[in-house]
Amino acid sequence: MRITINGAPRDVVATTLAGALAEAELTGRIATALNGSFVPAALRGTTPIREGDTIEALSPMQGG
Amino acid sequence: MPVFYGTTIDSALMLGTAGYPSPKILTDAFARSGAGIATVSLRREAGGGQDFWALIQSLEVRLLPNTAGCHSARDAVTTAHMAREVFDTDWIKLEVIGHADTLQPDVFELVEAARILSAEGFSVFPYCTEDLVVCERLLDAGCHVLMPWGAPIGSGLGLNNPHGLRALRAAFPDVPLVVDAGIGLPSHAAAAMEMGYDAVLLNSAVARAGDPAAMAAAMADAVRAGRAAYLADPMERTDMAVPSTPVIGRAFL
Repeated sequence: MRITINGAPRDVVATTLAGALAEAELTGRIATALNGSFVPAALRGTTPIREGDTIEALSPMQGG
Repeated sequence: MPVFYGTTIDSALMLGTAGYPSPKILTDAFARSGAGIATVSLRREAGGGQDFWALIQSLEVRLLPNTAGCHSARDAVTTAHMAREVFDTDWIKLEVIGHADTLQPDVFELVEAARILSAEGFSVFPYCTEDLVVCERLLDAGCHVLMPWGAPIGSGLGLNNPHGLRALRAAFPDVPLVVDAGIGLPSHAAAAMEMGYDAVLLNSAVARAGDPAAMAAAMADAVRAGRAAYLADPMERTDMAVPSTPVIGRAFL
């Protein structure tokens, strides 16, 4: 199924948010949002994803 | 020393982590600044996030994640939730940008986001203007700190409206106040502290200096001097000269 991760289209076989992140090799200290809503780390494994979903995976970055 | 949400910070200088020429220079600048709080952000993971996490851990300062780049209350609230998880803190520097050229805050969305986040238990540090009414609304929304701009972010212009900043200090004598944004020189930072501000938050003034670590040290000195001057109760200003040497006993020549 085709989804968008951090702005880039991607085909994944995973059916959960955690699975999609693993396929995209997005690991470590990140926070996630699915279709604009925050999903806590503890819920990624049980959060289903669907065709056309948009995932944001954010990590620590420099800021002012 | 400033107290934010019950936490005493050892320095009145708060320093951003963006735009340094190298991680080593960032580390040196923090060491010279003595800053007790570092602002940080969240961006799409593109490989550098984990190294940066290790770097900021090594600074041994309190982290203040921001919502930079958000243009609505909804974006800012979601970003705050993500920041709380990644940085493991309830502290959030709330930025809701309303204007592309000035990066002026959208104060309407800001108040709304502050209300939501305060109700959820966040300790909100709102980046705001020096408008007394907006600041009053932010306090009503649950903020216990206010961070009015000195000048547009990254401009280095200093304190554009010293009268307004002074009025804000007078209006809210018990609220921790931080001048955030616009500081370019140590004299700007000292001026804010001389007015009785509790802290200053700056980034570009250090990161974009020719020698960031040396500028960080200069800022630390300025903030210390400004605070000491405020506590020493500066003399009254007058428009006319007042002789400092005694007139009595002057020789008649």
